[in-house]
Amino acid sequence: MKHRYLKNVATLGLSAEKCIGCGRCTEVCPHGVFSMNENKAQVEDKDSCMECGACAKNCPATAITVDAGVGCASAVIMGWLTGSEPSCDCSSGEECC
Amino acid sequence: MSNGKSCCCSASSCCSIEPITPYDKNDKWVTGEIHTPKGSVPVVSANLHFKDLLGAWKVRWGIGRMKYKINPGLYAIGKPDHTSPVLVSANYKLTFDALRKELSDLDCWILILDTKGINVWCAAGKGTFGTDELVNRISKTGLSKIVSHRKLVLPQLGAPGVSAHEVTKQTGFSVVYGPVMAKDIKAFLDSGFKASKEMRTVKFTMWDRLVLTPVELVATAKSSLIVFGVMFLLNLFATRPFGLEDFIAYTGAVVTGAVLTPLILPVVPGRAFAWKGWLPGLLWTSGFIWYSGWFAPPYLLLAIGYLLVLPSLSAYLAMNFTGSSTYTSFSGVIKEMKIAVPLIAISAVIGLVLLLINSIWV
Repeated sequence: MKHRYLKNVATLGLSAEKCIGCGRCTEVCPHGVFSMNENKAQVEDKDSCMECGACAKNCPATAITVDAGVGCASAVIMGWLTGSEPSCDCSSGEECC
Repeated sequence: MSNGKSCCCSASSCCSIEPITPYDKNDKWVTGEIHTPKGSVPVVSANLHFKDLLGAWKVRWGIGRMKYKINPGLYAIGKPDHTSPVLVSANYKLTFDALRKELSDLDCWILILDTKGINVWCAAGKGTFGTDELVNRISKTGLSKIVSHRKLVLPQLGAPGVSAHEVTKQTGFSVVYGPVMAKDIKAFLDSGFKASKEMRTVKFTMWDRLVLTPVELVATAKSSLIVFGVMFLLNLFATRPFGLEDFIAYTGAVVTGAVLTPLILPVVPGRAFAWKGWLPGLLWTSGFIWYSGWFAPPYLLLAIGYLLVLPSLSAYLAMNFTGSSTYTSFSGVIKEMKIAVPLIAISAVIGLVLLLINSIWV
């Protein structure tokens, strides 16, 4: 059974103009979000995007944008309470990924 | 290498005896050393011993998890030479063991980055499994003098931290992303560095989810000590002291949110994790209240109190599991939390007040 998360939230963006068709995004995406069509990448399944940022980081043409973020829910709540960015820094404690 | 005359070690300029990667001689997973133009490299076993399995079990329960790491640097599997492939990985021992156990009968180099003892994917998210660390590690180990080719195999899940074209620009090494799982490495190498779509996709099986739950449970058990302490203090002047039934109700809600919900995740209707935890939490709580006969008038305050508190607790724990999941987007988690956190907080506070009233005044 394929896991599905909330719809229409992913911040993924792809510029077909900038795309050079190297296919690197299809190689790094862990959820098969991209496919190649006539030497251009296209977003096939945006709702599967988990915003890991692999595609944007590895796009040599900077054609892909995505707000990548990390942090478990308790880190986000701590961030809200302290007014800081949520961090996934677990070095001090034992919780989190 | 046993023949002393063939070695040029008499000349101080070449064949430095300096090991490239320091290691503890007592480590059973190191089986020997291999000599390279840049120094000696530890050869590691592709077999896991009891100590490795025990270590894995311990970190799954959160014991010494942040210290379970090996020295970054270059390692060898089998008898690699200058043409052998180079696999890149993280210095979390659990990760390293998962990789090397899949490499039996292979001759290859393993380049271990310093990810502070964090697994590849999480470290890539933080940037410690990243372009800079990779570039530095290549130069520190003298990799370009050890292998004659210019190709690195990175785990696909390292991609969020590494910019492949940037690495090539800075070091001359090209980057190929290997499969998500170490178990597919052999097939990947045999097919000439080709990964199928299957190998490129992250899954989240029931087993994957199960092994993640002990750490969550241990963390919750620690904070629960405070809850039990407060219950104990309240009992000093309570008209209805907390007892075994309350303990069971609470523990059940914790297990529902931190273990049961992750296990049955895809079959619970709905998509938000908080909802996926709240629903089973409600079923557990109402079931337990019904079983205890608390739906009757003298206990109604207690019943309503628990119905507000316990499913919220399960919801919170399940929501926290988004941090362990392999498919939730950060934007989605924030969207879910903006709705769920206030509801959880309000429900829990009202429920706690009712429980307090019931415990002390009624």
